[in-house]
Amino acid sequence: MIVSIASGKGGTGKTSVAVNMALSIGNVQFLDCDVEEPNAHLLLRPKINQTEPIYVSVPVVNERLCDYCGKCAEFCQYNALFVSSDKVVVFPELCHSCGGCALVCPKESITEEKRRIGTLKLGSAGNLELVYGELEIGEPMAVPVIKEVKRHAKNGMNVILDSPPGTSCPVIETVNGSDFCVLVTEPTPFGLHDLKITVQVLEEMKIPFGVVVNRADIGDRKLYDYCEEKNIPILLEIPFQRIIAELYSRGIPFSMEMPEWKEKFQILFNEVRKLVGK
Amino acid sequence: MKQLTVLSGKGGTGKTTITASFAVLSKNAVVADCDVDAPDLHMLLHPRVVKTQKFKGSKLAIIDRTKCVECGLCREKCRFDAITENFKVDPFACEGCGVCVIVCPVNAIILTERISGHAYISKTEYGFMAHAMLSPGEANSGKLATLVRQNAKILAEREHSDLIIIDGPPGIGCPVIASVTGVDAGLVITEPTLSGIHDLKRALGLLAHFGVPPFVCVNMHDINKDNTEKIVSFCKENGIGVVRKIPFNPVVTKAMVNGKPIVEYAPESDVAREIENMWKKILSALRYGSD
Repeated sequence: MIVSIASGKGGTGKTSVAVNMALSIGNVQFLDCDVEEPNAHLLLRPKINQTEPIYVSVPVVNERLCDYCGKCAEFCQYNALFVSSDKVVVFPELCHSCGGCALVCPKESITEEKRRIGTLKLGSAGNLELVYGELEIGEPMAVPVIKEVKRHAKNGMNVILDSPPGTSCPVIETVNGSDFCVLVTEPTPFGLHDLKITVQVLEEMKIPFGVVVNRADIGDRKLYDYCEEKNIPILLEIPFQRIIAELYSRGIPFSMEMPEWKEKFQILFNEVRKLVGK
Repeated sequence: MKQLTVLSGKGGTGKTTITASFAVLSKNAVVADCDVDAPDLHMLLHPRVVKTQKFKGSKLAIIDRTKCVECGLCREKCRFDAITENFKVDPFACEGCGVCVIVCPVNAIILTERISGHAYISKTEYGFMAHAMLSPGEANSGKLATLVRQNAKILAEREHSDLIIIDGPPGIGCPVIASVTGVDAGLVITEPTLSGIHDLKRALGLLAHFGVPPFVCVNMHDINKDNTEKIVSFCKENGIGVVRKIPFNPVVTKAMVNGKPIVEYAPESDVAREIENMWKKILSALRYGSD
């Protein structure tokens, strides 16, 4: 079963929920798909067994063959190529690696080379397997790194995916293919607003979902009204407690120090399993 | 004209709360919300939309099934796995590159424009605002953030404003890059947690990569004083100004629930006072040089 943890708004407690749930159940593979700011390893403190570079393909133009016809630049939807009367400039960070420029070039002057945009890390913390990616600083495209992390998902395990915040392409890439999505939010106007956007995305993608309310006693009741009206199950409520915030600040998953929460996270996971029907 | 981007790396550290307060304190600045896929600033500044623009982000391939001979070339050449076994285009996977269009032997595929969101020019009680809303699940948040910044620039020129305050998205990827390139300073809001510190370092790395002078603000500094100390000494060692430490105070959430910037909702609170001090410090650094 693949369960992703997402939120819309940042800082609502995705990683905290994902990690505490992962530590409360067995047979877990944890994929941290927030490759821009991966944090799960700070809480899980894994032993890293393997580190691999992540590459994308970008075009290289052989100017001895090129006659500057401009077909490649005309084709490229991402403005990653610029052709003047005597020069071709490639902007590799704009390239989506579709390979189209090489296909349209009548002189066969375009080949592709590898360009490093991130790092993949594989490790373990106790029985838990962890895979995460790190986007290189200054690189804009997170999606290829997320794809590489997801490529390591194992069949037959409880795969937990920690999503980046937001609702755009990195989130879509993360949650695509999940059996269920746990949405972590807080009962504030920002939390609710961003949750609604994420709900639209998941409905369009036909991924079943439920909500975990973090800092459940702050803010107002509008989140609860919305979930009731939309018939969205509230799977767990976590109150605001300074001790939880302090434990998090020190990189300690709170269920380790507050064992009563282990059971609550097990119930959460079983509830998800029931809703998925697995 | 100066531009200041408020960013964080980690989400939920208080970017929008602080940007909204700056908008109130600045009087004449133009505000730009570049967090286009989860914008929240409008809930504190209540803009009245003056102008709406359609945003065409990326294209989408469409297969004409009456022409398609199911040869499979498009599926083979598509690097985004966007063409299904029964020759439909998966809109969530398609990046609109057009490779399928050129490889199709019977011209059954075309690229269509899709409306990926809207950009807005608005007026608030505190001045003009440029913002946007990416349609749920769309790509190209970086392009839309760039459009928001262009709009903010036009507004600032027209209104003779000497400052643009940009609310950035979390992370360090394309929309963040689009929000920080070419600005005069980046204010990184962090929190004294291990994740906050980790993400702060990456956000500072991003600013350094693009040559943007950094400021740092530690929000909720009293949640973990040791970590706050670590951030302060890290910044000192690296010659980065920590402009302010802001305490944790539940009144921030109350202000948000009431839809008001904290400096207006609770001007006498410790949080509001610290934000005001921070604002003065940043403003003088921007005016008289930050280094």
